[in-house]
Amino acid sequence: MTYIRDVTALARKDLLLELRARDTLPAMLLFVVAALVVFHFALPGSSSQLASKGLLWVAIIFTALLGLARAFAAEREQGLLDGLVLAPCDRSAIWLGKTFAMLMFLVLAEVVALPLYALFYSGIGWSTIAGVALANLGICAVGTLLAAMAAASRARELMLPLLFLPLAVPIVVGGVGASVVAASGRYLALLAVYDAVFAIISWASFEYVVTE
Amino acid sequence: MWLRNNALVASAGAAAVLVCAAVVLIFFWVPVDADQGFSQKIFYFHVPIALTAYLCFGWGAWKALLHLWKRPPGADLESYVAIHLGVIFGALTLITGSIWARVSWGIWWTWSSRQLVLFLVLFLFYAAYFMLRYSVDPGPARANISAVYALFGVVLIPISFLAIRLAEDFIHPTVFTSRGPQMAGSMFFTFCVSWAAMIALATALYQLELAGKRMDRTLRELREALE
Amino acid sequence: MIRAQALSRRFGTKRVLERVDFEVPRGGFLVVTGPNGSGKTTLLRLVAGLLVPTSGTIQVDTDRSRLGFVAHEPLVYRELTALENLELYGRLYRVRERRERIGMLLERFGLWSVRNERAGSFSRGMMQRLALCRALLHDPDLLVLDEPFNALDEQGIELLDAQLEELRGTRTFLVATHDPARLDRLASGRLALA
Repeated sequence: MTYIRDVTALARKDLLLELRARDTLPAMLLFVVAALVVFHFALPGSSSQLASKGLLWVAIIFTALLGLARAFAAEREQGLLDGLVLAPCDRSAIWLGKTFAMLMFLVLAEVVALPLYALFYSGIGWSTIAGVALANLGICAVGTLLAAMAAASRARELMLPLLFLPLAVPIVVGGVGASVVAASGRYLALLAVYDAVFAIISWASFEYVVTE
Repeated sequence: MWLRNNALVASAGAAAVLVCAAVVLIFFWVPVDADQGFSQKIFYFHVPIALTAYLCFGWGAWKALLHLWKRPPGADLESYVAIHLGVIFGALTLITGSIWARVSWGIWWTWSSRQLVLFLVLFLFYAAYFMLRYSVDPGPARANISAVYALFGVVLIPISFLAIRLAEDFIHPTVFTSRGPQMAGSMFFTFCVSWAAMIALATALYQLELAGKRMDRTLRELREALE
Repeated sequence: MIRAQALSRRFGTKRVLERVDFEVPRGGFLVVTGPNGSGKTTLLRLVAGLLVPTSGTIQVDTDRSRLGFVAHEPLVYRELTALENLELYGRLYRVRERRERIGMLLERFGLWSVRNERAGSFSRGMMQRLALCRALLHDPDLLVLDEPFNALDEQGIELLDAQLEELRGTRTFLVATHDPARLDRLASGRLALA
């Protein structure tokens, strides 16, 4: 019970911080719109509709990366991770709270991105939306953990894409597959398996990333 | 007892014997493949190297788990060396695979080989391992982070393989059929010897690098103690 | 309460602490002194559990819920108000009668009037006072303070002095400082790092 209260307190903290600072979410929104516009120029006339679906997923992944790069920004810049790590709560609660907050940001960015995509390119079906929903979980779960790793490194923001992109391959496959293949069930299943496995391993190993 | 203390010598010896045996078998004994000709012999290098790379990553992940769980002092270094070796063998897998593709089908790269694509993804992943490791100051924090990342890698292997297989349905590459040769007895035997040779070689290199790094560490500690 | 034996800590090749031994009984007050770079902060972080020793042992007879830590940074979120910061830590530390305790501490350290202002707008002295509130919020048994007088103004110094006086004896203290004279009358032991 206290675990859930800890997670809630931490997630609330992150959402409140964003509400005050207002830097991450507007950047993500602007980025995803700009990306969708750039893609128009990146698709030669003979490209299929399916190619643009693929680019939607590229947009989502990179927008998420933008947000994730800021995930532990306050904690890193002001040494605040110490304050959280010293608290008696389970360290994995830090991860879970942060993941929830990131999920909120990503969903909000997609609430803008998906209709805009439908406007610029082509309609979006239910399987695409289901794919996006499932992919969000995986992206935020793994991304938050990797963001903590990147925060500990000297290279900081530079590390995150390097760490994240190989791990994003199954997400992209699952997402694009769900968007373009008629029998999307298998791809949604892939995303579900990815989410389950990587969420558990991220949850369990976060403690070791932030402590000695 | 002698074996443990002289692991390096023992594995180097085994490697030397097995590699020689493998080369002899591959080039002089096993019959040339009816369909693909002489170039098929790369298979006897390519696949064992790939399998050995998996073993290295697996061993690295095992040592990483040990580090997080029981904290034996040498586990982090052993994990690092195993993964380093895995990346070397992975690079060799990509190179031999590419050569095989060139020789067999005239192209340097193909997306239709699941093995090759998987290794490309893994290569990127483990290359990032080194970038991560070099960007964190040495200490308990770096050891922990490296260990967690190594565990992520080993979990990524099956899931990536699944993803790549599923991706084929919508990527529609021109499929080059490379049916692994029907393994006649002699071929299977040669393959096994080659695989054993690769494992022995990997073990020898592992022991060698480990010994070198341990010596580095001891020298550094001695130097500090004298200051 | 705290026992350190041959405690050593290295960062890469740099040896920051070398075979430090000390003991702090329950209710004790250990003052740690030394020039910049002598490892005071490292020692305190080892006691708090933020670092692990390279060799040697450190034993602390309390868990995180009974430990109060004041670091070099104030460890407060700039974008949150004083009240919100303490609310967060109050929840994480499971402080009973949270609202009352927060109110009491803010008042004691003269921050009640600015409780709804963003911590980022505070002066360094006020932030240090907020950090002290944070450390004392859960009524810890062990207080590990890293140069707590550093950023404080006249009034803040008086307030902290009063707090330390009040808690001396019933709580265990480990305080790193540049200015040992100030803590002379409170100290039960001294540790000088080279």
